[in-house]
Amino acid sequence: MEDRTIVYLDGKLIGFHKDGKALAQRIREKRRINEIPYEINVYYKEKTNELFINTSRGRARRPYIVVENGKSRLTPEIYEKLRKGKLRWSHLIKMGVIEYLDAEEEENIYVAKSEEELTEEHTHLEIDPSTIFGIVAGVLPYPEYNSSPRITMASSMAKQSLGLYASNFNMRYDTRAYVMYYPQRPAVETDVYKTLELWKRPAGQNFVVAVMSYKGWNMSDAVVINKGAIDRGLGRVMMLRTYETEEVKYPGGQKDIIELPNPSVQGYRGEEAYRNLDEDGVVIPESEVKEHDVLIGKTSPPRFLDEVSIFGAIEEKKRESSVVVKGGEKGKVDSVVLCEAPSGNRLIKVRLRLQKIPEIGDKFASRHGQKGVIGLIVPQEDMPFTKDGIVPDLILNPHAIPSRMTAGHLLEMLGGKASCLEGKIMDGTAFSGNVEEDYKKILESYGFEEYGEEELYDGITGKKIKVKIYVGVIYYQRLHHLVSNKIHARSRGPVQLLTAQPTEGRAREGGLRFGEMERDTLIGFGVSMIIKDRLLDQSDKSSQLVCKDCGSIAYKDHIKNQVSCPVCKSTNIVEIEISYAFKLLLDEIKAMGIFPRLIVDKKVNMEW
Amino acid sequence: MKRRSKFQIPPGEAVGIVAAQSIGEPGTQMTMRTFHYAGVAEHVPTGLPRLIEIVDVRKEPKKPTITIRLKKEYAKKREIAEKVAYEIESIFVKDVAKIIEDVEKGIVVVRFDKIAGEQLGITKEMLLKSIKKGKRKIQEKGEDIIIAVDEDKGKKDEKGEKPKLFSKAKKVRKLFEKISNTLIKGIKGISKAVILEEEGEFIIRAKGSNIRDVIKNKYVDPSRIYTNNIKEIEAIYGIEAARNAIVKEVKDVLDMQGLTVNIRHIMLLADVMCSEGIILKVGRHGLAGRKRSVLARAAFEETIQHLTRAPVIGEEDPLIGTTENIIAGKTVPVGTGRVLLEFTPPKTKEKTERKKRK
Repeated sequence: MEDRTIVYLDGKLIGFHKDGKALAQRIREKRRINEIPYEINVYYKEKTNELFINTSRGRARRPYIVVENGKSRLTPEIYEKLRKGKLRWSHLIKMGVIEYLDAEEEENIYVAKSEEELTEEHTHLEIDPSTIFGIVAGVLPYPEYNSSPRITMASSMAKQSLGLYASNFNMRYDTRAYVMYYPQRPAVETDVYKTLELWKRPAGQNFVVAVMSYKGWNMSDAVVINKGAIDRGLGRVMMLRTYETEEVKYPGGQKDIIELPNPSVQGYRGEEAYRNLDEDGVVIPESEVKEHDVLIGKTSPPRFLDEVSIFGAIEEKKRESSVVVKGGEKGKVDSVVLCEAPSGNRLIKVRLRLQKIPEIGDKFASRHGQKGVIGLIVPQEDMPFTKDGIVPDLILNPHAIPSRMTAGHLLEMLGGKASCLEGKIMDGTAFSGNVEEDYKKILESYGFEEYGEEELYDGITGKKIKVKIYVGVIYYQRLHHLVSNKIHARSRGPVQLLTAQPTEGRAREGGLRFGEMERDTLIGFGVSMIIKDRLLDQSDKSSQLVCKDCGSIAYKDHIKNQVSCPVCKSTNIVEIEISYAFKLLLDEIKAMGIFPRLIVDKKVNMEW
Repeated sequence: MKRRSKFQIPPGEAVGIVAAQSIGEPGTQMTMRTFHYAGVAEHVPTGLPRLIEIVDVRKEPKKPTITIRLKKEYAKKREIAEKVAYEIESIFVKDVAKIIEDVEKGIVVVRFDKIAGEQLGITKEMLLKSIKKGKRKIQEKGEDIIIAVDEDKGKKDEKGEKPKLFSKAKKVRKLFEKISNTLIKGIKGISKAVILEEEGEFIIRAKGSNIRDVIKNKYVDPSRIYTNNIKEIEAIYGIEAARNAIVKEVKDVLDMQGLTVNIRHIMLLADVMCSEGIILKVGRHGLAGRKRSVLARAAFEETIQHLTRAPVIGEEDPLIGTTENIIAGKTVPVGTGRVLLEFTPPKTKEKTERKKRK
């Protein structure tokens, strides 16, 4: 029993076999001659003498070229037929030239990276070594020259790059979208990039980069950018934002109306805010709007029914509920759509176009995990230049390179430079792309320094910089973290309805929370007055009336102009200063059926 | 004198918060490091897990260890240390014998393992003696010792049904457990005694902790014994000893990580934990639960329980502590908030004289 192989089909034990290894081999052979569907994978586990046959769905599989006796099944004849179009991929699978293996079966195989290194022991051949990378990493040039963490970072940053996200962006109404003004095809591409035809939807531009310091403005991963280049459209992006509203119908025959609101409407925003609206209450396309301007004028029926008088004077009590531009945004109305919502109501969409010109703090990254934010925008006159008059678009700090070991970044710079001279797109495919030697030759033939160094002149003094500076062309991406979408400050502003404390979050113009641990630090420092200032004076300070006899919160009757206690009717009342949240706490305790009393001793003057 | 007064804490300093932050901050670094010690499994917990253990006042630490020092006159004699180590190390029946249970017959068979016995210094007689202690009927059959379960010979239970077989199996199992864990020799809970040499003195370090029984040994010095079980120290040596033990244990943990925390912060923690005469846990069930103010307790944990209990006993909150005052929106009586009256004392004779001398 013990020398028999246990055979599992999709994880269930189905029987035993005297020679599992041979069985696995037979199944594979049958699969290659199409007697068994090619979706089936077998895995023989030598250690425990078990055989697993997998037919289930959801297994990630990838193709390999089958190798027999040290020879690839993809013979030159087949390859020729393939080139002429007589054979297709599906034929190769049926012929058993190519087979798909899942993660488990991969354990049983020995893969050769290239045809040259094939030996008798090999069972499979990689179609191309660069396919060991996934789709995102496969797009990165020269990953084999970089350290692995940087590849990971580059892969995740490529997903944040702004470019042409969809070629029909003009017809789309995404709530938020970014489109680059002048996206470029990278000067150094990979096979995967070409296969995916990503150059049809590029997400970046080829920057002329100089690796040098610029008065410390590019320290700690900051970059210095050329103002002239920005003015010419470098890294320029437009943001498209769609605002929408629906004419909702309420029970009782009432409904929202999209119109130019009447000044008598409750919450009227003032004439200025409605200036861009057309007669129908929707903005005119291409009109320039800024924050809090109305895009769609809308009025709604009153929130509570009892507000409506019995005589049907509904019109006068209407509520203003227009759609306005979000705080801090400024742009033009791109287009307006009038249509019908799935619910049958009238639906209006307004798309705003905002220009996002690179500014200090915006994030850029190359395809080697080298990210940085703009530290300074320098006028073109002040940028360094070469003897040919080439001015870099971006200055990268040399400290960014050695510790991160992104040699691929440097090689791409060289490749990009060669590409620009030759007018040809270079190949940066992993393991098989152009090598340094290729670029050296090209550069030399055009009269450039073979290692890509240039003699630069200081843009301010005009003096020659004593050392040679590495200058090249590299594909840079603008990443989707824009300062203008994040900038936020508050001194005074809106408060929450329930607690009277400042609101939270940028969208609500909120404050930054002074939390428990921050409070602890002040206690530890012993500054009581500052604690009170933060937690009371600058938050939800309120003045409350307290009954001295029973300790409950009293009120002032403005009609009778007298203060009285609602519990004991006493008029012996004092005013105290507490946070509104504390008053709320007392109210909630009362709601639990507990009567908290405030015992007010004497009036303490807290003003020092 | 100058140096001393420089280090004095001014009145109103929030020592508690400062201590908490001073211990807490390196604590966060510890979390990151301790869990990287992969692979070393059989180890006394150090780092954050141990710190939590101390602060939570667990009845018994995960790995209790005892350090025994001998009385001065025996301290330098290795034989005596070995003897003590042998005497205290506990050996169970399961360590020196193979035990087989037979449910069908309702018996448990103990077979003495000579090799294991020899290594541990146990003879068959000792084994027999310890099993006999339980006043069980014993049958000897060659190498085997047979112990039978006392049967309730068809005694009918309340429902008039005969006892089922599984109840018999249960009994056998129980007996099996009991016999396997019967102590042959040594002190309960103590195992794996190791003799170490430290400053020319032989000390014994053992797994498990049982001071009460260990100090009965005539060679052991009861004034120099140590265990990492703080609860046990408290029970035997009192609260002051426990307080010192907390300080030592916390400091050891921090030192091992290479973190330097001023000992006064740790001492404050230990003092607070022991301030009530018994060790209090830091947290809901201990220190925080004993706060004077309802609001402070409610703000910490179990808000509703505290708030609903307060009116039942008619609690009043005089707003003395920090938390309450923040809730009520008053200045906190800490640091600058503690000063109610400012007073510049007239220059004393002594001071003016000292100035003159300068």
